[in-house]
Amino acid sequence: MTQLAIEPSTPETESAGHESVAGQTQARLVFKRFVSNKIAMTSLIVLVLIVGFSISAIGIGPIPGWWKYDYVQLNPQNNGGAATLSLIPEWLGGAGIMLGEHPFGQSRIGVDYFAMTMRGIQNSFLVMVVIGGVGTIIGTVVGAIAGYYRGWVDSVLMRITDIFIVIPALVIGAVVGRTAGGLGAIVLAVLLAFVSWMSIARLVRAEFLTLREREFVEAARVAGASDMRIIFKHILPNAVGVVIVAATLLAAAAILLETALSYLGYGIRPPEVSLGRLISDNQSAFATRPWLYWWPATFIVLLALLVNFIGDGLRDAFDPRQKRFKRRKMREFVGQ
Amino acid sequence: MVSFILRRIVVSILILIAASFIMYVLAANSGDPLRDLEGSNSPNKDQLIAARVQALDLDVPPPLRWFLWLGGAAKCLIPFANACDLGLTIQNAEVTTILPTAMLATVQLVTLAFVLALVLGIVVGIATALRQYSGFDLSVTFVSFFLFSLPSFLVAVLLKEFIAIGFNNFLQRDPTIAPVAIVLIAVVAGLVWQVLIGGAFKRRAVVFGVSALATGLVLAYMSLSDWFLHPGLGPVGLLVLIAGTVVATTALVAGLSNRRVLLISGINGAIAYACYFALQGLFDVSTIGTLLILALVAIIVGIAIGFALGAHDKGQGMRAGAITALVTSGLVVLDRFMQSWPAYVDSPRINGRPIATVGAGTPGFGGDVWLSGIDTFTHLLLPTIALLLISFASYTRYSRSGLLEVLNQDYIRTARAKGLPERTVIVRHAFRNMLIPIATLVATDVGALLGGAVITERVFAISGMGALFASSLDRVDLNPIMGYFVVIAIMAILFNFLADLAYAVLDPRVRVRT
Repeated sequence: MTQLAIEPSTPETESAGHESVAGQTQARLVFKRFVSNKIAMTSLIVLVLIVGFSISAIGIGPIPGWWKYDYVQLNPQNNGGAATLSLIPEWLGGAGIMLGEHPFGQSRIGVDYFAMTMRGIQNSFLVMVVIGGVGTIIGTVVGAIAGYYRGWVDSVLMRITDIFIVIPALVIGAVVGRTAGGLGAIVLAVLLAFVSWMSIARLVRAEFLTLREREFVEAARVAGASDMRIIFKHILPNAVGVVIVAATLLAAAAILLETALSYLGYGIRPPEVSLGRLISDNQSAFATRPWLYWWPATFIVLLALLVNFIGDGLRDAFDPRQKRFKRRKMREFVGQ
Repeated sequence: MVSFILRRIVVSILILIAASFIMYVLAANSGDPLRDLEGSNSPNKDQLIAARVQALDLDVPPPLRWFLWLGGAAKCLIPFANACDLGLTIQNAEVTTILPTAMLATVQLVTLAFVLALVLGIVVGIATALRQYSGFDLSVTFVSFFLFSLPSFLVAVLLKEFIAIGFNNFLQRDPTIAPVAIVLIAVVAGLVWQVLIGGAFKRRAVVFGVSALATGLVLAYMSLSDWFLHPGLGPVGLLVLIAGTVVATTALVAGLSNRRVLLISGINGAIAYACYFALQGLFDVSTIGTLLILALVAIIVGIAIGFALGAHDKGQGMRAGAITALVTSGLVVLDRFMQSWPAYVDSPRINGRPIATVGAGTPGFGGDVWLSGIDTFTHLLLPTIALLLISFASYTRYSRSGLLEVLNQDYIRTARAKGLPERTVIVRHAFRNMLIPIATLVATDVGALLGGAVITERVFAISGMGALFASSLDRVDLNPIMGYFVVIAIMAILFNFLADLAYAVLDPRVRVRT
């Protein structure tokens, strides 16, 4: 949160004027509010743990992980590929707490399913981050320029936005995915990002339209700052809350978009793995080999849920008007 | 205003044309429409390829071919000429003939889900807003976040597995509920109700006890009387439900202390109950048209009674009368549907497994309005639940935050300060204003829904708009893709426009900039 570099002298902080918050930057306040949100912080930690676990387990790129199998190599089928993970201790009548040879079982052709799931988490997370990141950057630039310059620039950019917004995300995503699904996760994600920036552009534009009329922008202009400097150094930091919240929600939507595309067969293609592809490949096996279904499903829902919670926490942190006031905290605050 | 609308229309048409160009070029480059022929072993392969190239103008590069397509599509704008030409599919069918069929299937699929999601979402949203930060509010918040995070086909597959197959097995094996399960469900129901109603510990305990006991008794009765094979409300159950409807409607519309409205609702309920005995003969020969006329008659009777007895507040009386009449007559019709359930389940085509997992109806299944109604119900049940769960979550969130925002307004404080009862403040002052932002959401949602639920339609094998798009994209069949696109794009633009207009009309603070 500290890299946001928000100047301490924005009007909000000055007008806040309360003794106990004097000397705190906007970024610091937001950071404190976010950290004190238990659900959002827990979600963030769990998300980092899951992604870190998946990277350490099977490695990333050329670096190997600690798990003995990888996600393409075929292994002999043990016990019909059943999952060997057991969490019930022996004294409760279970098989004891152990990982076994293939904790999440094996796919129909014998690939270790734990490795595949971990690879799926990596790819789904990658898609999520890239769509969220690239989409946000495009949307922010378009919205900032449209909102700052207004006039014909605004009209042209917003009509372009309208053109893309008319086509539903899944429809244009399917067309893009059908073209680029075989080119790997990153290419697919970047292309999908090019068709999912529109809502952020609209939000940022609306924010810029109001912010550009404020005195601190006027002051910067009088001081001789260039347009680019005003946009990126003065206005954007004040709009960053809207952008970050929208970016998290976009990321949460992105993981579901990739899942839906995989179900239609336009997402990430074999031999690459994504969580959505794992589920849609194995839905016919639901009755006979449920573990092929449950593990990726759990992780998809978990990833999307965690990102949604983080987004909600960020919204509360950036926009304390909707913050959940706890009576006890209020009393403490007033008592200070 | 007029110039605003005209300018909006012109801009919309330009946007539509530009978007169709992007869509056309992207879709054309997504694959090879000749692939299935090139891989075939048919002796006249070259001939077939040439025929398809000829029929679909595949020898023209996509950006230029788009002009050919646009030329055909532009003919749709000529009124009454019926000259619409959206091209041919790969199988040489006219796109203009397959689109209406697909739209009909989609409308049939999404209507009920949409209405239910809207009503349930708003009701639950209001309940959570009124009990902000209670256990109920927090659980609903968590559940809606969970629903937001569920991929739609995951929901669909789980529904198929657990609801459809599970319920069918339950019916076929032994449709009784074990005593342990009854106790468990009763306790859970009691917990839910006490969280929902809230209040002090004693009140919660009473609510818990009463609701758990009632649930347990109803379940035990259902289990013992073979209710799942021979369902029905019966004269007693119907009486209880109608009485409940009368009281609930009165409480919501006017408050129970208003005897006059209670009387209006009561009369309507009594008429519906009398109809239950009087109309069974008519029901046996009814068609869908008869039912619609009956529903209309019920509403008119309700309004008329409300008008006649409404005294100084006729509007309130008419509302209460119409709502009671519609709901109670709905209950009577529901009972009639239930009477046909055994005949449906035992019919040879169903063979004891009523809940279907694919399609929109049993192929070739005849029967009167009741049997075919049940057939549609059993087929659309699962897709409707799947669609419902996802849009329900967003309506809940929106109406909750909408109501909370409205409740913070000054005019609500004024309403409370002048001594209005809380019910009037919520229903008359807050609820109506809360609906304004929902209207925008509804408009955009309807536009999107008519595009079909691509995923849900594929999982449940319903040949609606979404399935048309997905299967056409599989074959890189451009013309149906574009036909689909034109319909959803026009819907999206139209409903966005309507949303803006509705906002300007409903909220006097919003002015149309001309």
